[in-house]
Amino acid sequence: MMLALEVKNLRKTYANGVEALKGINLEVAEGDFFALLGPNGAGKSTLIGIVSSLVRATAGETLVFGTSVQRERSRAMSHIGLVPQELNFNMFEKPFEIVANQAGYYGIPRKIANARAEKYLRQLQLWDKAFSISRTLSGGMKRRLMIARAMVNEPRLLILDEPTAGVDIEIRRSMWEFIEQINADGTTVILTTHYLEEAEQLCRNIAIIDHGSIIENTGMKSLLSTLDIETFILDLREPISAAPQIEGMNLVLRDGITLEASLPKKKSLNFLFSELERQDIHVRSMRNKANRLEELFLGLVEKNNDGKNPGGKKAVAGVAP
Amino acid sequence: MNARINWVGYQTIVRKEITRILRIWGQTIVPPAITMSLYFIIFGELIGRRIGDMGGFTYMEFIVPGLVIMSVITNSYGNMVSSFFGAKFGKHIEELLISPLPNWVILCGYVTGALVRGLMVGAVVLMISLLFTHLQVKHALVTISVLLLTAIVFALAGMINAIYARKFDDIAIIPTFVLAPLTYLGGVFYSISLLPPFWQKVSIVNPILYMVNGFRYGILGVSDVSLLQTYGVIISAGILLFTWCMWLLHKGTGLRT
Repeated sequence: MMLALEVKNLRKTYANGVEALKGINLEVAEGDFFALLGPNGAGKSTLIGIVSSLVRATAGETLVFGTSVQRERSRAMSHIGLVPQELNFNMFEKPFEIVANQAGYYGIPRKIANARAEKYLRQLQLWDKAFSISRTLSGGMKRRLMIARAMVNEPRLLILDEPTAGVDIEIRRSMWEFIEQINADGTTVILTTHYLEEAEQLCRNIAIIDHGSIIENTGMKSLLSTLDIETFILDLREPISAAPQIEGMNLVLRDGITLEASLPKKKSLNFLFSELERQDIHVRSMRNKANRLEELFLGLVEKNNDGKNPGGKKAVAGVAP
Repeated sequence: MNARINWVGYQTIVRKEITRILRIWGQTIVPPAITMSLYFIIFGELIGRRIGDMGGFTYMEFIVPGLVIMSVITNSYGNMVSSFFGAKFGKHIEELLISPLPNWVILCGYVTGALVRGLMVGAVVLMISLLFTHLQVKHALVTISVLLLTAIVFALAGMINAIYARKFDDIAIIPTFVLAPLTYLGGVFYSISLLPPFWQKVSIVNPILYMVNGFRYGILGVSDVSLLQTYGVIISAGILLFTWCMWLLHKGTGLRT
């Protein structure tokens, strides 16, 4: 199996002494749709910076399709397309110029570059703005412009660092469709996002990074299967005065007509509904309290923090442990 | 394969730079044309008539080469520093930093852009000067080579300034406190033979003196310094600054963390 990305014992200590990466190892297979998650300041952007050669590693090696970023930068970079977290295009240039010029930096002749710029601007629904000044684009358009720019060299590895931040749900969904299609066509995709629903829906494999270390690296399905308890919010048809008692489940009455039910994995929803029905409680609608991945993510990060700070939350809150 | 990528990449940077120069022509071409027209009117016409001949030429004829090269120096430096620092400040320099292009191609692309701006402004100033005086180029090869080499040297100097700069103030300090005094004291408006011996010796360490005089030799056939010294200083400065730029780009100073 060809690896799109191989990270070996990667360390990064910034000049101010901050140790952003503490010797991480990571593999992303060719064709994968990979989620790289972590809280703010966990080291995700540093890792992406090293892979895209914007940040220099203190130690370790990064291989992109077998080519070392540290030793053969130019060759390694020819495989990568990057959508960074911050807007980083010239706001006074036109989208068409931005995308076509980026193709030129990858050695794509002007005629082909222009055709590709048109193709990706059209695919990302930006063609009608192709010759407007970029700073006049909306936030969502600017994000899509960066995706078009990253795609113009038709990279084998596309890295998306929070591509949908601040984008409304409709545009976000159209961006997901575009990225899914790119992945289906063979491009390996690495995605960082704070919308965990996005990662759960799109990605097949996942790594969670916290305090510069990888604390989880597995398949999405296998990670989700480790979730022991799922919590649902039930909207009731009529108000009730107290939470019902059901064996093996924890039910809490949030207000008169909203019930929160935590179910262990071994208990079925059918059992919950039949028990409620038996107690003459009727459910009007139901939803997950939190996204499943979100619950796992928070659990893992909290566990990692507890390990690093045995005083736990009390110490953070300033109360003597 | 690599040569083709590098060549297309270089062309793209140059195209982008020229587009930028033309897009903001009101900031890049017009101001130096107005400033130099004022120099020609005030120094050449009004004051120059009272000064009389210098080096066997009217004062207007004498200052034209200096003013042309001065505008080339200022604009090639200014283009590089504002364009490269602007790209760094706006983070769109990352478009190039994540591309496969090697540092020397990026440097050559930006230097060519700065060279084009310097030559465009130089040509405009030269055309304006023809409204005030009649000129004949004595040594075309010297004129062209000194012009090109000088623009390259100051484009490279602008790159170093842009790499070290962290804020917009940092790109204004060198042109104001170093470049302008050296240019004005570089023999644009006078022959150093008019200076007392001590100040003549001081002037000799000013590299701009050699560029101004080299260019003046190309057009008028007179110079305060030898042609060998002129080329020696310009080429040495070019090699030194190119090496410095490449070292900074290799280290990633101010660009890669």
